[in-house]
Formats: sequence, C-alpha cells, structure tokens
Amino acid sequence: MYQEVCDNIENLVVEPKVKREEPTTVLKISNLNVNLPNHPILKNINLEVQENKITVLLGPSGCGKTTLLKSINRLTSLTPELKVTGKILIEGEDVLNGRTNIPELRQKMGLLSQRPFPLPFSIYKNIAYGLKLKGVRDKNLIEYNVEKRLREVGLWNEVKDRLNTPASSLSIGQQQRLCLARGLAVKPKIILADEPTSALDPTSSKTIECLLKELKKHYTIILVTHVLRQAVRLADHVVFMYYGEIIEQGEPQELFKHPKTEKLRNYLIDGN
Amino acid sequence: MNFSRVIYNKFLSSWMRISITVIILIPFAIGIALLLKSLPIIRSDSIFNLVGSGKWAPSEGKFGFRPYILSSVYVTLFSFLFAAPVSFLSAIYLTQFARGRLIKLVYPVIDILAGIPSVIYGVWGVLVIVPFISGFVAPVFNTSSSGFTILAGGIVLAVMCIPYMLNMLLEVLKTVPTGLKEATLSLGATNWETTKHVVLRNCFSGVVSSFGLGITKAFGETLAVMMVVGNTVHISFNPLQSGYPLPALIANNYGEMLSIPLYDSALMFAALLLMTIILVINLFFRFLMYRAVNQ
Ligand SMILES: Nc1ncnc2c1ncn2[C@@H]1O[C@H](COP(=O)(O)OP(=O)(O)O)[C@@H](O)[C@H]1O
Ligand SMILES: [Mg+2]
Repeated sequence: MYQEVCDNIENLVVEPKVKREEPTTVLKISNLNVNLPNHPILKNINLEVQENKITVLLGPSGCGKTTLLKSINRLTSLTPELKVTGKILIEGEDVLNGRTNIPELRQKMGLLSQRPFPLPFSIYKNIAYGLKLKGVRDKNLIEYNVEKRLREVGLWNEVKDRLNTPASSLSIGQQQRLCLARGLAVKPKIILADEPTSALDPTSSKTIECLLKELKKHYTIILVTHVLRQAVRLADHVVFMYYGEIIEQGEPQELFKHPKTEKLRNYLIDGN
Repeated sequence: MNFSRVIYNKFLSSWMRISITVIILIPFAIGIALLLKSLPIIRSDSIFNLVGSGKWAPSEGKFGFRPYILSSVYVTLFSFLFAAPVSFLSAIYLTQFARGRLIKLVYPVIDILAGIPSVIYGVWGVLVIVPFISGFVAPVFNTSSSGFTILAGGIVLAVMCIPYMLNMLLEVLKTVPTGLKEATLSLGATNWETTKHVVLRNCFSGVVSSFGLGITKAFGETLAVMMVVGNTVHISFNPLQSGYPLPALIANNYGEMLSIPLYDSALMFAALLLMTIILVINLFFRFLMYRAVNQ
C-alpha cells in the first residue's frame, strides 16, 4: 500500500525545487545545555541542520534525543525545572532568547510524536485547527488545504467519505499520518519527528518512512530514531548521541562504515 | 497445585463473591426497607399529593413535602453556584498554569479541608457566615434577617463541596496526556487555547460528572446545613429567609413525636424521597457522561 502512497505523492510534487549548490543551514544549535537541578540532560550540543535533508538523531534510549527536539520548539517550557541555555537559530532567529511569540515560532515546526495524539475533533477539524490558529477564516481555503494535506500524506482516499467522524476512529497508522498532515497544514519549515514509527506496525512504519523521504523535497526533517536500519534507509546526515552528548556526526555511509569512536562501534554492533 | 491450595483458593474466591454481593445488595436493601416503612403514608394519600402539597401539620395528619424539597433544591443550587466556578477555575489554573510548587502545597490543603467533620463547618457557619449575613448582607438589601438562611446554607455547603469537587476535577484534568497538550501547542496554540479547545474537550465528560457528583453530595449533606439554615417551614424564594431541607427534616425529627400516627412513616417517606432524588441526579449525570463519551 505504501508504494501506492508514494506514487500519489510523486504526482503531487508541483514545483520541483531548484537545486542549489550550497546547502542552506536552516537550524543552527550552538552550546546548547539542558539541565535538571541535579543532573545534566544535554551537554554542549552543537549542530547544523541543512535544508531539505533528513537529519537523523541516533542513540540509545534516555540519551536526550527527545529533549533536544523539545528544546528546538520550546516544549521544554512545559517542565519549569528544566534549565535551557545556549543558542538555537532558526533561519537566523533566536529561539531561546530573542523573540517572545512562542506560538508563532512553534508553527515553524511540525511535531510528530512517538505515538499519535489526534485532537479530540473530527478528521477535518484536526487539520483545520492549525489554520484557524493562524487566522485563516476563508472556508474554501481551509477546505482546499484539508484535502491537499490529506493527499500529501496519502490519507485522502481512505477518509474522504468520513471527514466528520472523530479522528480517534482511525487506525493508529492512519492517526499518525493525520498528525503529520495536521503539522503540515501550518506550513512549517522543519518537521520534528520523534521516533514516529515506534508505535506502528511494519506496514504503517514503511508508509511513514516513505512519506518522510518524499516530504524532504519541501521540508527539512529532523528524525529521532533508535532503529539503526531506519537511520540507514532515511538519513542524509547522522548525529550519534550518547548520554547527552553528540559523539559523532556525518554522512551515513561514512559514519556507519568507519565509526571513529568506540561508543558508536559498540552501538552498531549491538544494533545488528 | 496441591489440595490445600485448591481449597484455599475456592474458599477465598467464594468469600470475595459474597462480599461483592453484599455490597451490591445494600442499596437495594435500604431502598426496600424505606419503601416498606413508608407504605402506610403512601397508602393514606397519593404520592402526588404528598410531594405537591405545601401543608405540613403532622398532628392534623397533613404531610406536604413540597417546602422541604424546594428548600433542598434551593440550597443545593446556591452551593453549586458558588462551588462550581471556584473549583473549576482553580482546577484549571492548578493543572494547566501553576508551577509545581503550588500544586504540592494545594493537595494537603484539599485533604485537610475534605477531612474536616461537617459539624465544624456548621459551627464555622454559625459563628462567621450567619452574623455576616445578618450584619452585612441583609442591610445591603434593606431587610432584616436572623442570618439563619438559605444563603448561609448555600455558602457553608459550597465551602464543604469545594474540596470534594476540586479533588475530582484535578483527577479528571490530570488524565489528559501531556503528548496531546504538546501536539496542540506545537500547532501554535497558546496555553489558554490549548486548555479551552483541547484539554477541556478531552475530559468534558469527567468535568460534567464531577459537577454532578458534587451536586449529589450537596443535596444529601445534613448536619452543617441544618445548623445554619434556620429549619422553619415555609416556601420562599428569598435566599435571605430560612429554609428546611429534607435531610434536616429527617435528622431533626426522627425518634421524636412518634406517637403521632403516620409520622414515622412520613419521615421514612422523606428518606425515600431523598434517596430517589439523589439517584435520579446521579443517573442523569451518568447519562450525560455516557453521551459525551460516545458522541
Ligand atoms: N521532565 C523531566 N524530568 C526528569 N527527567 C527528565 C525529564 N525530561 C527528560 N528527563 C531525563 O532526561 C534524559 C533524556 O531523556 P529523553 O530526552 O527523553 O531521551 P531519549 O528521547 O533519547 O530517550 C533521561 O534520562 C530522562 O530521564
Ligand atoms: Mg525519546
């Protein structure tokens, strides 16, 4: 089925991006530290994320991958004990210090979490909600967008006859794609995907993987995973994390063939 | 499995079954007992007359329950008007906006408030609320009042209900998964929009049922209300007049004047009425909750 989804999406690519020679840095993290009162979670993170690439954050559970993602869209502020210092620049804008309009900032990023959390609305409203927050009132425009986003994630044909049923009635794989579509509706620059396939069956996982591959033509993607094979399949750039630190990063072929550090070598051996 | 363990298991499970059966049967037993005891008065007059009539003169054999029912409803309504918004707003603030330290402070306070015996709330009502109403509230409305009023009952009852409702609301609001909030925030919603559109919607049925159970508790509460509400029989929609709720009627009179024919049966009928009303309110909110969950 996912093949079919891929084909659908191929047709949707309207304006092929003009290839630039120089890769553009969309996100730049420097000297990021995240601390709990008694122990550090992220230590001195430095990272550049390139436009229209899939940057994979790889590492064992508990090494701080989720925390890194949440620092980027400031969901860390839900946990007041967390102390976040350093600099995160998104298209030159300072995430942590500079601007104060956090909702607007968060709309630059679409979040896809470990398991889907559909909003307690209908399928239609799930996607329309982000647009309404953006101030879009035009019904036709919303309708057009809902269809476009649902097509983008290959869900349109499956749900077009029941747009007004609760989103919770979808299967979990469909819900995850709905959550992706919902995030796309606010036209984010970056997609933050936190182990988006870990709760899904193999088929749905493949569908999501395939979608991410297609979506990188239009978006920049940061993908968290602890599945080595997924990293190999999807990554343009791999960042290996271990206990709150970035140990190694680079092109996947190079990194996986010739790991420079003992830690990555062990991780690769354990992973296979 | 050896023999003694099989026996032990059988023994244990049969005891569990008996305990459960007893628990399920108790409400029926109470209901049937009350019904049997109130049969004499139901036979002597129609239920419609008993509930609808306003005349209460036991020595003449006249038993009209309407003033008591209306008093109960009225006091409950007042307490709900005070308690519901306060608990609701506090619960939202505590779960969605407050820092962790405040929540840690609030839980023990709720426990203490909920654990205070109702007689103490009653004494507090007599010492503080009643003089406050006679001294400040009544003059504002250009009337005089003893202070032992429906309003006093409503306020005392509200204070008693707040910890109870607040506790339930906090439990309900805490069931909203963090991931759902994060998802909403990440779409660009503010904290308030997230609360209003998603959090409250997600636990709507729980909020409604918390209110419903709060009402049930208020309706049945006896002692504290009895101490401040005045306990005189008349129908009045002025909250600065006294009232006489059903539970107070039963508690004040049962065991006295039982030589009057049918009196004992009338009080049992009052108890049956109280139980039925509470059951109806309860079922109504359960129905609402069911609808909310399955919409
Ligand atoms: N709110 C929090 N309170 C306490 N510990 C936290 C909190 N958030 C993260 N941590 C800790 O930070 C570490 C990294 O967590 P996380 O970012 O979820 O790792 P990963 O996503 O790589 O599995 C873990 O040890 C976790 O216990
Ligand atoms: Mg994680």
